[in-house]
Amino acid sequence: MSGIATTLRAIARTPAGLLGLVGVGGFIALAYLVPLIVPLQNAVDVANLYRPPSFAHPFGTDFQGRDVLNQIVYGGRDILNIAFLAAFFSTAIAVAFGSLAATVGGRADAAILAVADVVLTVPHLIVLIVVAAIFRPDGVLFIALLLASLQWAGLLRQIRAQTLSLKEREYVEAARALDLGLFHVIFREMLPNMASYVAIHFIFAMTAAVYAQVGLIVLGLVPLSGANWGVMLYLAQSQGAIYFSDSFWYVLSPILAIVLFQLSLVALASGLEDVFNPRLRTA
Amino acid sequence: MAVIAAEDRALARLGPRAQLGAFVQHPVLRAGLKAALTILIATTLTFALVRLLPGNPVDLRIDELTKDGAMTYEQAREQVAALYAIELDVPLPQQYLSYVWNVLRGDLGHSFLSSTTSVTSIILAVLPWTLFAVGTGLLLSFVVGIGLGLLAAYRRGSLLDRAVSTGGSIVSSIPNYLIAILMVLVLGVQLRAVPITQMRGAYSPGIQPGFTLDFVGDVLFHAALPITVFFLTHVGHWILSMRSATLATLEDDHVVAARARGLTDMRITTAYVGRNAVLPLVSQLAISVGFIVGGAVLIEQIFVYQGVGKRLLTAVASRDYPVMQGILLLTTVAVVVANLAADLLYTRLDPRIGRSA
Repeated sequence: MSGIATTLRAIARTPAGLLGLVGVGGFIALAYLVPLIVPLQNAVDVANLYRPPSFAHPFGTDFQGRDVLNQIVYGGRDILNIAFLAAFFSTAIAVAFGSLAATVGGRADAAILAVADVVLTVPHLIVLIVVAAIFRPDGVLFIALLLASLQWAGLLRQIRAQTLSLKEREYVEAARALDLGLFHVIFREMLPNMASYVAIHFIFAMTAAVYAQVGLIVLGLVPLSGANWGVMLYLAQSQGAIYFSDSFWYVLSPILAIVLFQLSLVALASGLEDVFNPRLRTA
Repeated sequence: MAVIAAEDRALARLGPRAQLGAFVQHPVLRAGLKAALTILIATTLTFALVRLLPGNPVDLRIDELTKDGAMTYEQAREQVAALYAIELDVPLPQQYLSYVWNVLRGDLGHSFLSSTTSVTSIILAVLPWTLFAVGTGLLLSFVVGIGLGLLAAYRRGSLLDRAVSTGGSIVSSIPNYLIAILMVLVLGVQLRAVPITQMRGAYSPGIQPGFTLDFVGDVLFHAALPITVFFLTHVGHWILSMRSATLATLEDDHVVAARARGLTDMRITTAYVGRNAVLPLVSQLAISVGFIVGGAVLIEQIFVYQGVGKRLLTAVASRDYPVMQGILLLTTVAVVVANLAADLLYTRLDPRIGRSA
């Protein structure tokens, strides 16, 4: 636990890392904590359609006169959940099979690499669109698994390469000589030395998941219900609100939320890179 | 050439089995085999998606056609088989083989909406527009990114370096479709600086296609927004890659030696640093070219530009599975071919790779 605290303090010392920590922390609080305090405002108010920002509605109102800020607050949870789960699944697949391929070698290694190559080759967004069109995924878990099934390959290749080089280190050889077992060698000896690497890629997997899921939602291919930054954009796009000058704030708000979330993640990843790879700073 | 001749002679001294082994180990052949295998797997997966998985479109379509008694089961099967260029009566392995054979011949079946229109002709009609718009954006971003990246590396730590690097990483982390929506929102609607509704489509309705100045100007006018978005979302990547590649090259011994020999800065920058730094980026560019075909779905949709991506979404909206399947295959094959080209290009550009492999 103190290790994590030390790392966080080190990240906060770099300007990008501090921005990233504050941003990501802010979005987590916005999506998970603020809804506990602020009540959902779902009442239609026909007298106040597409109002510009005011004291009562800091980001204006939508096509039914509902508060936009309230929708931003309630619309983050699904996006963050899916991003987190997709990153978790894809990282888990990459770490498990990447380290396995490198330690076992031979046919298993070749087979795993071949699958990874195919997954890296197919154009992800097109596959997602076709698969989503056929199966109509709804539900956070299904979408996260779908995104993860395409995202793991790049990280797997890097984990495999890292494992191959770590395999030759003396402490790993010692563990093998002591016959501590494959599980121990992978999870207790090698993985801790790749932790920083995995953490950075986890964050990038989250940004990729946000990109893909919001893209699918904007296209109307994943029927997520309720307020959600992507659904707001989908409605704006399908109702022509993006061509309508009064609806400027309604369309801009989810865009700002997504862009700021993405930038916070990238800043956090770059802060992590600075901490774990100090040589990059001078390079 | 002398080196290759010597290798050939060495090969001739080996036995036939070892010769075959050496042949399969040849990097060009290996890359070709890998590409063929990847295309085969992608084709198989597409087949599985359409034919095998529960709730697949072939079964769904047969259900639809027979539901209200309009057709007998046999009639429905026949019609669906014709649409997908699949024979449904023969066992699955045979269906699969004939499907692969049809794909190899370029026969991707027919559109659900009009059984006389082949999927191939539908794709060919929209493909040039996507290639043009996305390709132009990619090339522009590459050229500008390389220049800016080289400049940033030379002025490391300067205000210019920081502005270019930070700007590049910020722009490339914003989803491209959000940039497109923002352009419509701000430039088109709020500022009225760009006539977005007139810019829809690939060219204006009444204009005669041909190599006239009017037509080319009109095509550029309609492609301007997609090109700009593509440029913006890719330029950051090229800036950052070129910057770090240049920084790595600047410390190479041969550059230090060139400086010691008193060569001019201009000559060192172009012939000694730039050429080596740009090398890995050229093969990255070749890979990116493969993604041109499938890389613009949302942007084409937002700007209403008639390319492959927009066509895919039209097919999705009307559940036109043969067209979806065809576009999925085409985009995958494009990436595989581009990867192969990148591999070959790289072995040519950097002879060390070919020899060590």
